[in-house]
Amino acid sequence: MTLLLQILFAFGTLSLLAIGGANAVLPEMHRLVVDVHGWMDDATFSQLFALAQAAPGPNILAASVMGWHIAGGAGMAMATIGMLLPAAILAYGMQGLTHRLRGNTWLKPAQFGLVPLAVGLIAGSGVIMAQAAGTDWLSFLIIGVSTVFVWRTKYSPLWVLAGGGALGLLLL
Amino acid sequence: MAETEPNAPGRLELFLGYVKIGLLGFGGVGPWSRHVIVEERKWLSERDYAEVLGLGQILPGPNVGNASVMIGRRFHGLAGALIATAGLYIGPLAILIALSVLYEHFGTEPGVAPFMQGVAAAAAGMVIGTALKMGQNLRPPPELILVGLLAVAGAAFLRLPLPLIVVVLAPLGIFLSLRRSWKRTP
Repeated sequence: MTLLLQILFAFGTLSLLAIGGANAVLPEMHRLVVDVHGWMDDATFSQLFALAQAAPGPNILAASVMGWHIAGGAGMAMATIGMLLPAAILAYGMQGLTHRLRGNTWLKPAQFGLVPLAVGLIAGSGVIMAQAAGTDWLSFLIIGVSTVFVWRTKYSPLWVLAGGGALGLLLL
Repeated sequence: MAETEPNAPGRLELFLGYVKIGLLGFGGVGPWSRHVIVEERKWLSERDYAEVLGLGQILPGPNVGNASVMIGRRFHGLAGALIATAGLYIGPLAILIALSVLYEHFGTEPGVAPFMQGVAAAAAGMVIGTALKMGQNLRPPPELILVGLLAVAGAAFLRLPLPLIVVVLAPLGIFLSLRRSWKRTP
């Protein structure tokens, strides 16, 4: 039981630090689960994080995989709740606040001021992913085609993901 | 605190929409969240969605996860927040459990690595393409485009810690946007 509470508490702390998502807390997550608690070694940590990246869903779910590795299903539940709940409560409060302030003329422009940050960070994480995935001419080609496809068309992005996987399987 | 909006989803539709976002979100849920909410189901306009996402960005936690709480609450109060969040995470969690088990058995099979490499490359393009599309649809003024480019540079090229980028650029963006609105209506 104490182990489960430790997991809940460790990831609950991370939750409040994760401004910008999972990548922001990766170093701190590593420090907690490897150095402080000794729940896994270095190599296992990287493999579990890669596994979480391969699955769909927000990559904050890396916490869930680690919880699973530490203590099975109950560990996964604790890590997931710890990681999601504190941040979700804040977001819930924020929505209530903007709703209450909605009559104010400054609210919309103020909120729009955060948009470039949000869009810029999306582009930034795309570039980081491209730096990691762009290993040869074929992967650069896939990145380029996929960028233009998603940018200029309204078709589902699933087509480029499937196409990229198929090309990788055939040619890489 | 449900609001009356033309394309407001019912509870079931909210749940199913978020299940779709979660399940399709290979390589990050961000592009899928926008695709389903803005393009496919039109629950929110590009601008409304981007504003929710911007708030989600300055709060801790994944921005799409924060957006699911806020969008859920906007349409159906506490129940909506729970429904949207549960929908977002239920599929990926099930897949992660299956993957954890499968990976131990098949992770070294030939074919898995090149396939994943191709998907990863396409996912990178998908994320960049989404940002370009949002930027194009939103038509921000030049000074805000500059803030967006600074965010790209800070995150991707300087590799600054995200909290630092947020602490600097969030107030700057808000200030520039407010200044422009004051100029328009003195």
